[in-house]
Amino acid sequence: MKLAPRLAVLLAAAVVAATACAPQTSDNSSSGKDEKSGTLRVWLFQEVNNKPKEKVVDAVLADFEKAHDDTKVTVEYIPVETRAQRIKAAFNDPESAPDVIEYGNTDTAGYVKDGGLADISGEFAAWDEAKDADPTARQSVTVDGKVYGAPYFVGVRALYYRTDVFDELGLEPPESLAELASTAKKVHAAKPGLYGIAVGGAYTYGAMPFIWANGGELATGKGGSYAAAIDSAAARKGIEAYTSLFGDDNCPAAKCAGMGGNDTVTAFASGKAAMAIGGDFSHQAVEAGEVKGKYAVVPLPGVESGSIAPAFAGGNNIGVLKSTSHRTLAVDLMKRLASKKAQGELFDAMGFLPTFADVRQQVAAKEPFVKPFVDTLAAGTKFVPASPAWATIDSSQVLPTMFQEVVSGKKNVAAAAGDAARKMDDAFGSAG
Amino acid sequence: MSASPSGTGGAVRARVPVRRGLSRPRGGSRTSNRAPRPYRGSSSTPWLYLAPALVVLGGLLVYPVYQLGLISFLEYTQAQVSGGEPTTFQGFGNYAELFGDGEFWRVLLATVVFAAACVVSTLAVGCALAVLLTRVRAVPRLALMLAGLGAWATPAVTGSTVWLLLFDPDFGPVNRMLGLGDHSWTYGRYSAFLLVLLEVVWCSFPFVMVTVYAGIRAVPAEVLEAAALDGASQWRIWRSVLAPMLRPILVVVTIQSVIWDFKVFTQIYVMTNGGGIAGQNLVLNVYAYQKAFASSQYSLGSAIGVVMLLILLAVTLVYLRLLRRQGEEL
Repeated sequence: MKLAPRLAVLLAAAVVAATACAPQTSDNSSSGKDEKSGTLRVWLFQEVNNKPKEKVVDAVLADFEKAHDDTKVTVEYIPVETRAQRIKAAFNDPESAPDVIEYGNTDTAGYVKDGGLADISGEFAAWDEAKDADPTARQSVTVDGKVYGAPYFVGVRALYYRTDVFDELGLEPPESLAELASTAKKVHAAKPGLYGIAVGGAYTYGAMPFIWANGGELATGKGGSYAAAIDSAAARKGIEAYTSLFGDDNCPAAKCAGMGGNDTVTAFASGKAAMAIGGDFSHQAVEAGEVKGKYAVVPLPGVESGSIAPAFAGGNNIGVLKSTSHRTLAVDLMKRLASKKAQGELFDAMGFLPTFADVRQQVAAKEPFVKPFVDTLAAGTKFVPASPAWATIDSSQVLPTMFQEVVSGKKNVAAAAGDAARKMDDAFGSAG
Repeated sequence: MSASPSGTGGAVRARVPVRRGLSRPRGGSRTSNRAPRPYRGSSSTPWLYLAPALVVLGGLLVYPVYQLGLISFLEYTQAQVSGGEPTTFQGFGNYAELFGDGEFWRVLLATVVFAAACVVSTLAVGCALAVLLTRVRAVPRLALMLAGLGAWATPAVTGSTVWLLLFDPDFGPVNRMLGLGDHSWTYGRYSAFLLVLLEVVWCSFPFVMVTVYAGIRAVPAEVLEAAALDGASQWRIWRSVLAPMLRPILVVVTIQSVIWDFKVFTQIYVMTNGGGIAGQNLVLNVYAYQKAFASSQYSLGSAIGVVMLLILLAVTLVYLRLLRRQGEEL
């Protein structure tokens, strides 16, 4: 039996047959069609308590359908955890993709590079409400000077602290980052069962203000060409300041090195920490915890006493997919969903901060809780590099790895920051 | 097939799987072990019969592996999949990037050592318990079987989560029982690997145990009795009687375990939260996932997949070779 040669022939035949099937690439060019009626599909994120959001959205959609004849809108709320897969799938298969999506603002550049989002610079410039959008929010929809969506809401972090613990120990909310560290250690010394401030090795957005407050940057550059700056002297000082909070005198590395943002907020909400860096969007979770009524929020202080550390301006945007066959309608729907009126209503329903400076002032007057967050926003916020490489840097855990290496004593700050900078530059380089 | 009773086989020396074990005749005519003369009718007939299986194999095995190999030679990220950028041929670019990355070698070493430790532990525990099963009464045997099957039937995610909870620094019963306070098992590299190893052994020993147990039951009682009468200890019986007779079964469970443990994913992903503090507990499969899916570098992930495939293929081939050679010397 001359099996081997025959098998080889068969395999060769199979390879030849299969060569025809190269890996799939979808033709994601814009459809070119711009139908003025039909059904539009919208994907929005499913929030923890989604009912109030649905009400706001339903009202917008009702108005939209009234304004356009023969037009229907179907909304799907997609789970936040699996959004990356869903949206990638939508880009891969334009046939079943939605027309309008909500997306996290750090994903903007990546989605643009993937060829998924439509460039709506013209429509955005002509939109009268857009001139009030705050600069960081505008930056979060902009890649290489072109606009790829409308800011939907902004999320920002500040310092939550326990009023009862502070009163008992006679402490004041910290005025500077140095004071923050000393206050945290005082609390932990007096109450060993509490973390002075809950910090996490994987809590990148909680750590960034330390870098920015010390004058450091994640990366410098514009448009397509960024270069890592995480290993600069100023940034290293920030990394040092953040990682010094890990230790047996505040938040033991064995427990805190692996924590992410949610873990630190959970620790605070369940009464295990005297302070934590949490977002305006963490309000509900903290209110539902044991510390309800026993806490207050102040802006995270900067290096100078009395200053505010630049916070990361997170949040979500609404964008139009390139593959839509109803471009005009989709852009109109986007504008309506992200309008001043809708954003104000969304705040009332969900507590999400509006991206328009004037609307934000109005809601802050109504709801004193958001004052520290609005103050933080007013003091100036920062954003991650608007490069498609950021998605890679984020998902390959470059920064958490750096913090964890320092916290667990595997590397010193300079070595860890140097490695992180090299990885970031690799990513910036290959993203072009 | 026409039987040829005294066929010499001529120049054709087809290898026939010889059932190793008791029934193999010693001495006598070696020709009786030769294959019957191959069917010499139309040469396409056997392929006709094999075709359905080959089509299924081709579709389910060859084609995906081919795609894996092809993608590993391209620049293929999310941007290429969704049409934002054209797909370009990279040659061995992805492999060069991979082999030039110190982390890859670190992860590869960790994977090999970890998988080896898992295989050895799983086989040791599984074989020991299989022997135990043959030595105890019906009720404890049933209990042990049920416990083993329960562990086997537990989905890996559930098992991992439960183990993690058992060893939780704040709420875990293990720390409370051992009086370890709030010791974190997942913080240190080795203790995290140990924890995962325990879970992997726990969920994979039942397969070894049940298979080996079935094998032991098929061994004629008189052989064991003869060994016992000769005064052999339990360990000696295992080493000199059972293990050689169970060789085919042990081969299968070892290869299975090697493949499973080399490809371990869920346990590491769940228990060390995607690779541990600063990626210290990454194994190849999780590393490939992080590259391919978490950061959408499908081509780099494919290259890791190809490397894994080649390693496993080599391990399996070498192992089979080794056993066959040993078998011929018997």
